[in-house]
Amino acid sequence: MSKKHLENADMETAMSRVDGRVKVMGAAKYTAEVQLPELTYGVLVESTIGQGVITALDTKKAEWAPGVIAVISHLNTPGVPEYKLQNQDVIQKQLRVFDSPNIYYNGQPIAVVVADTFERARYAASLVKVTYAKQQSYSNLEDNLSKAVVPKKAKSDPKGFTTDFLRGKAEAFRDAEFQVNEEYIQPSEAHHPMEPHSIIATWEAADKLTLVDKTQGSQQTAASIAKSFQLPPENVKVLSTYVGGAFGSALRVWPHEIVAILAAKKVQKPVKLVLHRNQMSYMVGYRPYTLQKVAIGASKDGKIVGLSHASYGKTSMYEEFTENVLIMSRMMYDIPNVDTKYRIVPLNVSTPAPMRGPGEATGSFALECAMDELSYKLNMDPIALRLANYASQDPDKKMPWSSNYLKECYELGAEKIGWNKRKAQPDANQEGEWKIGYGVATGTFGAFRGGASAKATFKPDGTLLLQSAIADIGPGTATSMTAIAAKNLGLAPEKISFQLGNSTFPKAPMQGGSNTVATVGSAIVATCDNLKVELAKRAAVQKPEWKNAIAKNIKIVGTQLINSDDASSKVEIASLFSQDNLAELVVKGDAAPGEESKKYSFYSFSVHFIEAHVHELTGVVKIKNAVSVIDCGTVVSPKTARSQSMGGIVGGIGMALMEEVVLDDRTGRTVTASFGDYHVPVQADIPQMDMMFVNERDPYLNPMGSKGLGEIVIIGVAPAVANAVYNATGKRVRDLPITPDKLI
Amino acid sequence: MNNFQYKRVSSPAAAIAELSKDPAAKLVAGGTNLIDLMKYGVMAPDKLVDVNHLSFDAIKKEERSLYIGATVRNAVAAGNADVLKYQPLLSQAMLAGASAQLRNKATMGGNLLQRTRCGYFYDISAPCNKRVPGSGCAALEGYNRMHAIFGASSSCIAVNPSDMNVALTALDATILVSGPKGDRKIPVSEFHRLPGTHPELDTTLDRKEIITGLVIPDNNFAAHTTYLKVRDRISYAFALISVAVAIDLDGTAIRDIRLAMGGVAHKPWRLTEAEQLLKGKQATVENFKMAAELAMKGAKAYEHNAFKLKLAPNTMIQALKTASGVKA
Ligand SMILES: Cc1cc2nc3c(=O)[nH]c(=O)nc-3n(C[C@H](O)[C@H](O)[C@H](O)COP(=O)(O)OP(=O)(O)OC[C@H]3O[C@@H](n4cnc5c(N)ncnc54)[C@H](O)[C@@H]3O)c2cc1C
Repeated sequence: MSKKHLENADMETAMSRVDGRVKVMGAAKYTAEVQLPELTYGVLVESTIGQGVITALDTKKAEWAPGVIAVISHLNTPGVPEYKLQNQDVIQKQLRVFDSPNIYYNGQPIAVVVADTFERARYAASLVKVTYAKQQSYSNLEDNLSKAVVPKKAKSDPKGFTTDFLRGKAEAFRDAEFQVNEEYIQPSEAHHPMEPHSIIATWEAADKLTLVDKTQGSQQTAASIAKSFQLPPENVKVLSTYVGGAFGSALRVWPHEIVAILAAKKVQKPVKLVLHRNQMSYMVGYRPYTLQKVAIGASKDGKIVGLSHASYGKTSMYEEFTENVLIMSRMMYDIPNVDTKYRIVPLNVSTPAPMRGPGEATGSFALECAMDELSYKLNMDPIALRLANYASQDPDKKMPWSSNYLKECYELGAEKIGWNKRKAQPDANQEGEWKIGYGVATGTFGAFRGGASAKATFKPDGTLLLQSAIADIGPGTATSMTAIAAKNLGLAPEKISFQLGNSTFPKAPMQGGSNTVATVGSAIVATCDNLKVELAKRAAVQKPEWKNAIAKNIKIVGTQLINSDDASSKVEIASLFSQDNLAELVVKGDAAPGEESKKYSFYSFSVHFIEAHVHELTGVVKIKNAVSVIDCGTVVSPKTARSQSMGGIVGGIGMALMEEVVLDDRTGRTVTASFGDYHVPVQADIPQMDMMFVNERDPYLNPMGSKGLGEIVIIGVAPAVANAVYNATGKRVRDLPITPDKLI
Repeated sequence: MNNFQYKRVSSPAAAIAELSKDPAAKLVAGGTNLIDLMKYGVMAPDKLVDVNHLSFDAIKKEERSLYIGATVRNAVAAGNADVLKYQPLLSQAMLAGASAQLRNKATMGGNLLQRTRCGYFYDISAPCNKRVPGSGCAALEGYNRMHAIFGASSSCIAVNPSDMNVALTALDATILVSGPKGDRKIPVSEFHRLPGTHPELDTTLDRKEIITGLVIPDNNFAAHTTYLKVRDRISYAFALISVAVAIDLDGTAIRDIRLAMGGVAHKPWRLTEAEQLLKGKQATVENFKMAAELAMKGAKAYEHNAFKLKLAPNTMIQALKTASGVKA
C-alpha cells in the first residue's frame, strides 16, 4: 500500500505560491504603499491615562505646525451617524470614536492630525496638549476577579461555550484517585503581523466611499462601514489586494479605520493612516490575558472520571469579547463528567480580538498541560493517557465525527520525533549542560464551511480568471484556489489567475476560523463545474455525444476539451468560442453547506511534538525539534499547507517562550509595546521542523475532502513546549511565557 | 520628530566647534540609537553633526595595544583579524549584540554612548529622571524586570544595555576623546557613570567632547575568553544578564582574570573582588561558585528582577566554566 500521508520532502516540490514572485520582489503593493493623488496623512493622538475625562484639548500649536491641514477630535468630529441611532447592539459595542471626552483605556485614540506629509503629521501630533480629569484605572485581572461577569452572549447563545455547562456530575474529579487541580495563565499576546494596519479613505462623493484597507474581509468591512456611516451598501468599496499577515487582528473594523474616514470627510481629501508598530499591541486587539482553572480526576488505568474547567478573560469596559476557550474540554476526550464556566472581567483595556487558534489555543494550553501533569501522577505515557480517553464520537454533540485521524497523528509523530527516547522520569536526561525533554499536546478546531460564490472568465487561449471577494492574509489563498481549479478542470495552473480582496467581487466570508478552502474552494469547484457544463453545451454543437456530458467527466487536456477520457470526443477549446464569435465566456458558481452538520461533528485535529533542551544554569530553552502532524482532510495545496504548519509552530514557540504584552497596572499603559520589548521568535529560535499531514479525505464537509488548517497548526504547540520543558527539568511553568527566569 | 539641521563635518575640530556653538547639537554616527530616540520624542536635538566622514575608521595593532577608531562599524571590528587575534572577547561581545544589519551601521563611539532601554525612558508620558531630571522614576515601582541590581539610586534603576561596553570594561580599555581643551584619555571604568542624583548623565564625557577612538592594552587572555549573554530569545534581544570572562590560564591555574557583567547596572559592572578571589587559584567549579557568591555582594532586587540575583551568579559560573574549559 502506498503511503498517503505527506512529509516535508513530499511537499517541497508541490506548486509554489502563485504570488510568491511579486511578493519577494516587492512588487506586491500593500495598503500603506499605495499612493493616490492629493493624498494626506493622518497620525493619531492617544490618551496617556487609563480612565478619566479629557478636560481640555489644546490643538493650536499642532494646527499652526507646517503642513497641517486639520486636527480632529471629539470637539469637531463630523460624527459617525450610527452613534445617533437608538438600537445599538448591546454585545458588540464598538468604541465610539471621538464621540465623547471619556477615556476607557490607555492608548485610546483621542484626536487625529492630518498633514501633507506623514512626518509633519507625526510631529504635529506630538504638539497636541491634553488635560485630563484622571480616575484610577483597573487593568489587572487577578486584582479584579470580583468584577468577573457572565457574558451577555451566554444568554443569547445558551448552547454556546460561554454558558455554564454541565455533563454528568459537577466536580466529579474530586472522587477520583488521581487528581490534578491547577491554575494556568495565558498572558495577552499581540498579533503583530509583519504589515502594520493601514487604511486609505477616499470620499468619492458625499455618499460614496472607497477604502484601501488591511482587512480579512473586504465585504464585511464594507458592510460595517456602510452601516456606521449610513451609506447605501453598494456605495462602499473596499480593496485589500495584499495583506501582510493578520492572524485575526483584521476581522473587524477598528477605531483607526473610523478615524481615517472621519478625517477624509473633514479634509475632503484621501487620508492615509498607518499604525505605528507600538500601536499594534493595543489598537487592533490581542489574545486576551486569561486565567484558567483546570481540574481532572482519573482512575488508575488513566480513564478520566471528571473534568472541571473555568476561564476568566479580560475584556474592555465598552465591549464584550468572548472566545471558545472551553470547547476542547467538552469534546476532546471521552469524559462522563464535565463542567465548564466562562467569565469575563471588564477592565480599562482595549477590546481583545480573536488571534490565531482563538480560544482553543488558550484552552488547549491549560487542558493539555493538565493532561501532561496527570500522566506523571499516573506514571503513564502521555500519549497512552490520551489514547485511553480517545473519544470515538463527539461526546459533546453526541454525533459521529465526520473524520478523525488523531490516532494516526500520535503514531506518525511519535515515530518522527523519536518518542522512545523520552524518559518517563522528568529531569533525568542530560547531555553536558543541557537537560533534554520531550513533550506532546493535542489541538483541535471546528471545521467550518459557509456560503460563497465565484466568477470565472474563460478565454479562447485557455486562460482562466477567477474572482472572489475573499482575503488572503498569508495562507496562499490564490494558490490553493488555483490548485483546486486546476485539478477540477485539468487546466495547467499557469493558465489560471485568481483575484481576491475586493468587495465588488462575488460573495465570500471573512478569512478567519480556517474556513476559506472549505467555503470558497467549494464555490470554485461549483464555478468550474458550471464552466465545464457550459463548454460541453457548446461542444454538443460540434459533436452530439457531448449533450449529456456531466461535469465530473469533462477535462481540459492541452488546448482541447475531452469527455470521459474518450479521445473521439475531443474538441478544440478555441473553436467553441469562434463558432459563436465569443471573446470570452463568463460563468458564476455558488456553493453552500447542506444538512451535513446535523449529522456529523466537524473538527480538524493536530498533534504536536517538541524536543526541548534547557540549560541547567541559565534556564535558556532551545527547541531542538518540532513535529506537527495534522488531520485536515485532503491537502489541497501541499506547499502552502506546509508553510501554514511551519508558521503555526513558530507562533506556538513564541507563545510558549517569549510573547507577552505587559501592562503597567498603575496606568494601564503597555510597557512591552515596541518590538525591542515584545519578543517574537527569530530564526535562531526555530528548530528543525517536520510538518506532516495524514492527508485522509473528510467525506462530508466539501467536495475537496478538506477540513480547516490555519488554526490547528498553532493550537497545542505551546503546551507541547511546556510539557517538554517539564520533562527536561521537572519544573512546571503554568504561566506563559516560559522565560529563563522561571527555570532557574 | 522635530525639525533639525544636518551638518556634515570633515575635521574633529569642526565637530567640536559645532558642539561648542550649539548646546542643542548632537553628533550622529550610525544613527541606530539617536534617530530612534528622536522618533520617540525622547531626544530632540536641533542639529545633527555627522561624524561618519571623520578619519576615525582605522583598526591598528600598536606596540602594546590595539587601537580602534570611533567610527569603525561594529561589524567591521567584530570581524577584524587583529581584534580576533588579540581581543577575541570584544568580537564575541559585539556579535552578541543587536542584529547583523544594525552592527553594519553601529559605530564604536555610538555604541559607547547608546542609552538605556528602560521602557519608561522611551515612553515620554511616563516620569523619568534620566529624560526629564526631577520628574521621578516610573521604573522604581513599575515593571522593572530588565533593571539594575547593582549601583542603582532612588532616582534611577536603569541599566546600560551595551554588550560591547561589558567587554571593553573587562579588557581595561581606554576611551580617547577630544574637546575644546584638547585631547584626553578616560579609562572605560570611569567613562560610564552610576546614576546617583544625576541619572541624566550617562557618562563623564563633556557635551563638547567627541570620542575619537579607543585602545585596549595587550594581554594574555586570548585563548580563554567567553561572552555569555542570557536573554529572552536566542538572538536579537538585550541581555537579562551577560558576563564577560577573560582568563590567563596556566594549566588549571588562574594566572590572571578579568570579569565584567552586563544587564545589572547603570554602567558595565566590573567584578574586581571576584577577580581577586580567583587570581592565583585553581580553575574549579567550587572556586567559580565562591567567586560568583562574592560577586553578588551588595546586590539589590526590585519587584520584577529578583531572578537576577540567581541568574547573575549562575551565568557567571557558566561563563567561567566555558572560558576555562573546566566542566566539574
Ligand atoms: C533593535 C535594536 C537592537 C539592539 N540590540 C542591541 C544589543 O543586543 N546589544 C547592544 O549592545 N546593542 C544593541 N543595540 C544598540 C546598538 O548597538 C546601538 O544602537 C549602536 O551601537 C549605536 O551606534 P551608532 O553609531 O548607530 O550611534 P548613534 O545612534 O549615531 O549615536 C548614539 C549616541 O552616540 C553619540 N556619538 C556617536 N558617535 C560619537 C562620537 N564619535 N563622539 C561622541 N559621541 C558620539 C551620538 O551623539 C548619540 O548620542 C540595538 C539597537 C537596536 C536599534
